[in-house]
Amino acid sequence: MDSAAPSIRLPAGDPMLPRLFRIERVKKELSDTFTMEITPADGGPFHFRPGQFNMLSAFGVGEVPISISGDPGAPDVLVHTTRVVGSVTAAICALKPGDTIGVRGPFGSHWPVEDARGADVVFVAGGIGLAPLRPAIYQIMADREHYGNVVIFYGSRTPEDLLYRHELQRWRGRFDMSTEIIVDRATGHWGGRVGVVTKLIRGGGFDRHHAVAFVCGPEVMMRFAVETLGECGVTGDRVYLSMERNMKCALGFCGHCQYGPSFVCRDGPVYRYDAIERLFNVWEV
Amino acid sequence: MVEPDRKDPPIMAIDRDGLDALIQCLAHDGYQVIGPRVENSAVVLGPVAGVADLPKGWTDEQAGGHYRLVADGRGEDGALFGFTLAAQGWKRYLHPPRTRLWQAHREGRSWRVEAEDAAPRYAFLGVRACELSAIHVLDRVFDNGQFTDPGYAKRRGGTFIVAVNCGRAAATCFCASMATGPKAEAGFDLALTELSDSASARFVVEVGSRAGAAVLTGIPHGPATAADIAAAERAVANATAQMQRAAGGREMVDDAAGVLSRNVEHPQWDKVAARCLGCGNCTAVCPTCFCTSMEDTTDLSGDVAERWRRWDSCFTLDFSYIHGGSVRRATASRYRQWITHKLSYWHEQFGTSGCVGCGRCITWCPVGIDITEEARTLAESEGRT
Ligand SMILES: Cc1cc2nc3c(=O)[nH]c(=O)nc-3n(C[C@H](O)[C@H](O)[C@H](O)COP(=O)(O)OP(=O)(O)OC[C@H]3O[C@@H](n4cnc5c(N)ncnc54)[C@H](O)[C@@H]3O)c2cc1C
Ligand code: SF4
Ligand code: SF4
Ligand code: FES
Repeated sequence: MDSAAPSIRLPAGDPMLPRLFRIERVKKELSDTFTMEITPADGGPFHFRPGQFNMLSAFGVGEVPISISGDPGAPDVLVHTTRVVGSVTAAICALKPGDTIGVRGPFGSHWPVEDARGADVVFVAGGIGLAPLRPAIYQIMADREHYGNVVIFYGSRTPEDLLYRHELQRWRGRFDMSTEIIVDRATGHWGGRVGVVTKLIRGGGFDRHHAVAFVCGPEVMMRFAVETLGECGVTGDRVYLSMERNMKCALGFCGHCQYGPSFVCRDGPVYRYDAIERLFNVWEV
Repeated sequence: MVEPDRKDPPIMAIDRDGLDALIQCLAHDGYQVIGPRVENSAVVLGPVAGVADLPKGWTDEQAGGHYRLVADGRGEDGALFGFTLAAQGWKRYLHPPRTRLWQAHREGRSWRVEAEDAAPRYAFLGVRACELSAIHVLDRVFDNGQFTDPGYAKRRGGTFIVAVNCGRAAATCFCASMATGPKAEAGFDLALTELSDSASARFVVEVGSRAGAAVLTGIPHGPATAADIAAAERAVANATAQMQRAAGGREMVDDAAGVLSRNVEHPQWDKVAARCLGCGNCTAVCPTCFCTSMEDTTDLSGDVAERWRRWDSCFTLDFSYIHGGSVRRATASRYRQWITHKLSYWHEQFGTSGCVGCGRCITWCPVGIDITEEARTLAESEGRT
């Protein structure tokens, strides 16, 4: 031993440094939610798996985890859908085409899209939870013949909170998938269903013994969804969900995202339900 | 050509002048020498220029919520390392309370990002066995198999370590039951044992690396006598004996990891929360607590942005904040997170305990909450059912 200091590998690239991207297009989705298309300033495609996220930086303001919501089959443009809830998301929202944003990623685990081949796939989304599921929907629809029924159950608070409205309409018009929507509270001319998303799950449309479910939304909504899926015969080993915790680094260094023994940034955000079942029902983990 | 390491490097001895020469020699080699010194009635770590800066003649009295320096009453012959632990550990040098990660300059509508690359070269003098273990714990945290923290890697890679074995345990120490001390077994460049019972004030020196051997050749030293070596062994045995619970010392319960993982739901969480102030002192003094937050700043012109990383604590409400509210609102869930992470989850994350038994969290807790007692209470409640 030359010295007692360990030979810690010096990384090829510094994982703390953001890569610069150019804002190409910004689309307002809802009053507080927008979708942004960005491309790397240094060129090249951006490959990712559905369910993964990036850390997005606004100059001098901060950095936040945001899921990738675009098509993994179109890696030339990176797509994020963000809801403005605080200072960093507001600063990102203020960026215009031609401006620069910092990106670190992609990070985290992914929806096991390939492993679900041969099975029915049930998507259960709540609110902005549809954004992290959309890449999986794109990938499956691009490889449609390898899957059984594809069912989307989407719940939002009001009709005004429905994300990707045009796309939902297109999906509803397709014969090779089923898209069902429900709102907590009907407003305006809403003629659709009213209630919670679990109501849609109970309606079925999938082979309970072989369906795989991908669930994303607020934690309470996921709790009920998992329970209802279980009652409908979709057991915990076929249910995947995306957890949300505070994140400051996405590298396993800052400790903020810990969920029991795991780091949501590295072991998650997508977990197989039976792997976290024990903690999922404990208070304030 | 790589020379094979000799299996058992000969054990050497130095006197106080030799130690002084060691400090000078390290400084001459370009190291910033950090060691224990007395400031504000406590032993703290800071730059040391020679033996005169060390806490000669001081021992510490530690207990739950209690710390006091006491003169050892030996005047000029007083021990240099008669205290156990400095109030804060080496973490503040390897993983500083605040570090700048990068700086960015606005250039038109784009920016240019510059990494931080200056790293000091430290020589640590007086690293205790438990602290050496804590450094190895941090090594795993910041090189986790997927990502490496370049700042930590640079600071750590350049560090020269002079360990000092313990001849005395404080009432808060429990390294023996964590298998992390009181003798430094590996991971040092040089390891000293102070022979404070000998009038000639000598140190037995073990060499742990080539760098250590090279430094030693530059300072006055001689072979340790059989009597020196026996005295060094006695000193360490004394510290071990003082930690035995049967003799009034402190021990961590067996299988603390299992105990914590089995008791996520337990009435004790509310009981400890009734006492815990949520101040986060325990996390600040713990040599392995690594959690941080980020702060982005801009200069007045708004054209230069910086990202800073600073220590954070799982005891704050903000720590677990997500839109809609914090996940861990109750002090009970925050204390549970801390102790369960230390003693149980850490094994799954890093293959080692997150607690090295230094006892600092006990000493510096204003209300004297004791990690060993909390684990024992849970363990004993299992026995009762
Ligand atoms: C894996 C993952 C994926 C996400 N994907 C999306 C997405 O696709 N679209 C979207 O709109 N939002 C997403 N979020 C939530 C988003 O990160 C937060 O809304 C955002 O951090 C809020 O930052 P702020 O500064 O605007 O708000 P503030 O309320 O001012 O937040 C202050 C700080 O708290 C932390 N924080 C607050 N809320 C959250 C949160 N929900 N999750 C994690 N940290 C939080 C952040 O560190 C933030 O800097 C995701 C979160 C995670 C963990
Ligand atoms: S948990 Fe307490 S005793 Fe254990 S290493 Fe940290 S400060 Fe020391
Ligand atoms: S255990 Fe003690 S030191 Fe830690 S947060 Fe609670 S009161 Fe503060
Ligand atoms: S986000 Fe920092 S450890 Fe996971």
